[in-house]
Amino acid sequence: MKNKAILEVCNSSKSFGGVIANHNISLTVPEGEIVGLIGPNGSGKTTLFNTIVGTHPLDNGEVYFEGQEISSLRVPEIARLGMLRTFQQTRIYGGMTGVQNMRISSPLIHDSNFSTMFSGLPPEVDERSDELLEFVGLYEKRNLMSGDLSFGQQKLLEFAMALMNEPKLLLLDEPTAGINPTLINGLIDRLKLANEKFGITLFVIEHNMRVVMNLADSIYCLAHGEMLAHGLPDEIQNDQKVIDAYLGAS
Amino acid sequence: MSTTSTGNTGSTNPLLYIVILAFGIAAPFVMPAYIQQVSFLWIFILFALTWDLQGGQMGYNSFGNIVFFGTGMYVSASTQVALYFDLGAWNESGGENTFIHATDEYFIGLAAGLVLSGIVAAALAAFLGSGILGLRGQYFAICTLGLSVAAGEIAAGIDLIGAGSGMSTPVWPDAADSVIERGTFFYILCFMLAVATFIACKYLYSGRFGMVLNAIRDDEDKAEAMGIHTTRYKALSWTISAFFLGISGAIMGNIIGFIDPVDVAFTGATFGVWMVLMAILGGKGTLWGPVLGAAIFHIMQELFWTYFLGWQRVALGLLIILIVVFLPQGILGSLREHFPEWFGHRLEPVAVEDEK
Ligand SMILES: Nc1ncnc2c1ncn2[C@@H]1O[C@H](COP(=O)(O)OP(=O)(O)O)[C@@H](O)[C@H]1O
Ligand SMILES: [Mg+2]
Repeated sequence: MKNKAILEVCNSSKSFGGVIANHNISLTVPEGEIVGLIGPNGSGKTTLFNTIVGTHPLDNGEVYFEGQEISSLRVPEIARLGMLRTFQQTRIYGGMTGVQNMRISSPLIHDSNFSTMFSGLPPEVDERSDELLEFVGLYEKRNLMSGDLSFGQQKLLEFAMALMNEPKLLLLDEPTAGINPTLINGLIDRLKLANEKFGITLFVIEHNMRVVMNLADSIYCLAHGEMLAHGLPDEIQNDQKVIDAYLGAS
Repeated sequence: MSTTSTGNTGSTNPLLYIVILAFGIAAPFVMPAYIQQVSFLWIFILFALTWDLQGGQMGYNSFGNIVFFGTGMYVSASTQVALYFDLGAWNESGGENTFIHATDEYFIGLAAGLVLSGIVAAALAAFLGSGILGLRGQYFAICTLGLSVAAGEIAAGIDLIGAGSGMSTPVWPDAADSVIERGTFFYILCFMLAVATFIACKYLYSGRFGMVLNAIRDDEDKAEAMGIHTTRYKALSWTISAFFLGISGAIMGNIIGFIDPVDVAFTGATFGVWMVLMAILGGKGTLWGPVLGAAIFHIMQELFWTYFLGWQRVALGLLIILIVVFLPQGILGSLREHFPEWFGHRLEPVAVEDEK
């Protein structure tokens, strides 16, 4: 009943000087599922994302996306294959409006040759952009400079931009951090919808235990750069090692 | 329902175009005594527009764009001469005294020079760009500054193009005066080139090209993470600027009539800096800012030369300080900051939509 793996990481390691941020990490993200990644601050979650999408070269190990070895590909090349990430610090184009942020995220931009680079974008792009801005609740603010939006709104815009790009797999780095708690349930629903309706596989770093238990089909837990546990949400919630890691770290 | 509705400077009143075009066409008749100043105005507008293509729209401050101007100047002059004479002998003799271009030779040579100057400058930018556009921020800026300093020195060392003693351009054939005067002829070239540059920029900023440049400016890492071919767009942006700058150099060389490697061609300390200032003064990252900035700067500069003779550089220095302190976003940038709704940045209530 297990779906085939869309992402596979085998024995990946990454150090910064003396700091071992990731050590021998292996994991599998099955196609169509929502997989959670938890762990105390500094346990190496963001580093793992960075090595998967090509920001940092791996010290050791391999990464496979849809069966293809991608460890030596560069960030934009991996993105064009259909694996996208959002940033923990939230990154949008602050000097552009929400609509422009969305348009520039269209996958049509991936096709850039001499004839397309100088052209416009077809009206379908605007329709899709409006739908998605509506989906995350930013339609009204679509013509404001996105740098003037609140942090939470920027986070939602970044999510909408990622959806606009139509990835097969989306890596989200703490999507609920900094979001008004009253809006978190709405965001969880949208993440689930993106998974079910748009068919995007999600791999989500999440600090908030309640959120990840609600969201994920299965969960990996990192601590001190090592993979500590893997299982269903219930199993992880009751895993003594996980409980210790969280209590010990705070 | 246009397919390219992303204008980042709001819409422009068509009256503005009519006024500017009317001024451009009427200037040689109305103010013939100032024809060279107005010619320079068009070139300055081109300087600011092409600088802004990187500095404002893409966030890459280049202090080296003057390299393409000077390159175009030498390429054109050399082409004009070498098509009919021996280039080395021309420069050794000081040029115009011994070799005279016939009327048709003059204009065919000039046409070839204009075309080649654009192409060679563009090729140089593509080559340099693939090397140094990988540098970010200040490193890129410093590297381009180095290029602009080196270019003058290199030109001053090449005997074939007159080395440090410079090079004359072919003399305007007197026979052509019966058709058009020299000043008017070059004025028309300047005007047409500036208009072409403006149209090119306007077109680029209306489609995905401009959006990608803005994305690179706002967050290049994000643009890469979204799968954009950033390197391609960066190199092409520089190449396009270099193309127009190269042709402008070709025209300028012929207007001035004599090319000194440091004082006329690779003028990093004057034109090279002014192109930055003009774009910043008007508002970098906007279509009209560089145009406005160039016009104001040029008028100020002419006034300083007229009324503060001897102190003009001090006055210009003061102007620079005032711009940076009081208008860091430039004129249009400050307007956009204080009146965002004039530029279309406002809340839009949700339209009634019935699809579900
Ligand atoms: N670019 C970097 N350079 C140096 N050290 C880094 C870098 N990125 C992360 N680290 C270190 O790696 C460890 C893991 O960090 P990170 O992956 O950000 O953890 P998490 O996302 O789980 O909070 C930390 O000790 C951090 O200081
Ligand atoms: Mg992190």
